[in-house]
Amino acid sequence: MIIEQIDAQLPGTVTDRHAFRGDQTIVIARENLLAVVALLHREGFQLLVDITAVDWPEREQRFDVVYHWLNLASQERLRLKVPVAEGESVPSLTGTFKTADWFEREVFDMFGIRFDGHPDLRRLLTWPDFPGHALRKDFPLDGGDPFCMEGCTAPYNNGERN
Amino acid sequence: MDSIALSRQMLDGDRMIVNMGPSHPTTHGTLRIVLELEGETIVRATPEMGYLHRGVEKLGENLSYQQFIPLTDRLNYCSAIMNNVGYTTAVEKLLDIQIPKRAEHIRVLMSELSRVADHIVCVGVNAVDIGAFTAFLYLFKQRETAYDLFEMAAGQRLHTSFTRIGGVFRDLPEGFVPLAERFLVECSESIDELERLLTRNPIWHDRTKGIGVISAEDAVNWGYTGPSLRAAGVPQDLRKAQPYLGYETYDFDIPVGTTGDVFDRYLVRVEEMRQSLRIIRQVLDRLEPGPVMVDDPKVALPPKEKVYTRMESLIHHFKLIMHGMDMPVGEVYSATEAANGELGFYIVSDGGKNPYRIRVRPPCLPIFSSFEDQVKGGLIADAVAVLGAMNIIAGELDR
Repeated sequence: MIIEQIDAQLPGTVTDRHAFRGDQTIVIARENLLAVVALLHREGFQLLVDITAVDWPEREQRFDVVYHWLNLASQERLRLKVPVAEGESVPSLTGTFKTADWFEREVFDMFGIRFDGHPDLRRLLTWPDFPGHALRKDFPLDGGDPFCMEGCTAPYNNGERN
Repeated sequence: MDSIALSRQMLDGDRMIVNMGPSHPTTHGTLRIVLELEGETIVRATPEMGYLHRGVEKLGENLSYQQFIPLTDRLNYCSAIMNNVGYTTAVEKLLDIQIPKRAEHIRVLMSELSRVADHIVCVGVNAVDIGAFTAFLYLFKQRETAYDLFEMAAGQRLHTSFTRIGGVFRDLPEGFVPLAERFLVECSESIDELERLLTRNPIWHDRTKGIGVISAEDAVNWGYTGPSLRAAGVPQDLRKAQPYLGYETYDFDIPVGTTGDVFDRYLVRVEEMRQSLRIIRQVLDRLEPGPVMVDDPKVALPPKEKVYTRMESLIHHFKLIMHGMDMPVGEVYSATEAANGELGFYIVSDGGKNPYRIRVRPPCLPIFSSFEDQVKGGLIADAVAVLGAMNIIAGELDR
């Protein structure tokens, strides 16, 4: 239902869509995110349930940032996915949804995806010197050297800090 | 670390830095809040978390679907069964299977028992933090009975791992139903006693009314779910709004508050306990004998006696353990109403034995993210009351 409205009001933004087990999913480009989110908010999708990401290392745009919305009036759910390549950033939703603050910090912490316009993009679950991003598929399961702090170059994540 | 630098830099000013946690009696687990005080008024509160981060989601990517169940116990350890139910419901949605009626009833029964146990901890401990010790003791006797019931059914008190994909671990043992019946009567009496102690107690009113007030719009914007959202006046309960496990067939009400303050959250939780007891009463009345696991060798392990005597069952057992289930390729998000709010599991499957990505949406993370907003300008003693009413469970918060 909401997907038809997005198609009608912002034609061409939805690049892919599928429905599986009753969950409706749309994929949009990151340039269109804020416009679509503004529309969703107007249409009653006011509870931003979750923000997370999925890593697909073999893909050119290796991450999917995944948003889940719930419309409290109609109880309709929507999943929105934004593909991003490594090093690209996604516009932050903290302006519209206060709850996006910590969720985006967590995605940044676990995947290293940056959010433009986030007021305080620090790591949430791990410590500031933590090497790499734990939920990337190329991060070792045993966590590597947990005491690798200041002055050590991480063997993964191309030695980049943050 | 930023916060330590901050405390050094601010030492000579009028403001004082107080570390609440990481191990402080009122933080219930390990979380740290750096409070910046002017006198006794909070100017800034910076929560720091991750002390209990075990990488549950990363571990889940390397475990099979069944092996993940024990990890869900360790999310909200005050109501472990509800996490088991939430996770297995998500996998069943991915597999598109329907579990037997009796398994549904047992799941509802155990979920509501854990909801009562969880609310007992939340309300009781919140009262202890504020200084009312007696209420805690009255209720903890009932919590003990609830845990005895978990032990009878699952063999474990805290880390139950009670559900399986396609049903529950085993049928209810003999003696379970009579003890549950007794629990219904005694727990309801204890809740009355609790209400006599607190609900009209002027000291309790002074400490909780007007503390942590939040409007319905703000609560939704902060991503609140569960009792905290309902206390703010939004009647959102997934058991009614998006029923699962046959919740639409039970008769129960959703308590809703008006101001969202600590007192309203207390009232909502107390009433939810009563409603849960109502649901348990109805489940006990409609329990009928029957299977508790789906009859599908591709999902459920065959019974042990068949494994030892029949070739076919032995093969099914071997295939299921070694190769796992035949998972469809796709992604699902499944949410259940846990004691703290919407507990969601987002599972991405690439058809392999292990989930490609498993995401736990903890209900208390968005609630806790509003902590600074809730306590700013208040007194340090109010921060303790707000923290208790949010019911932060660090295992679920940090995953």
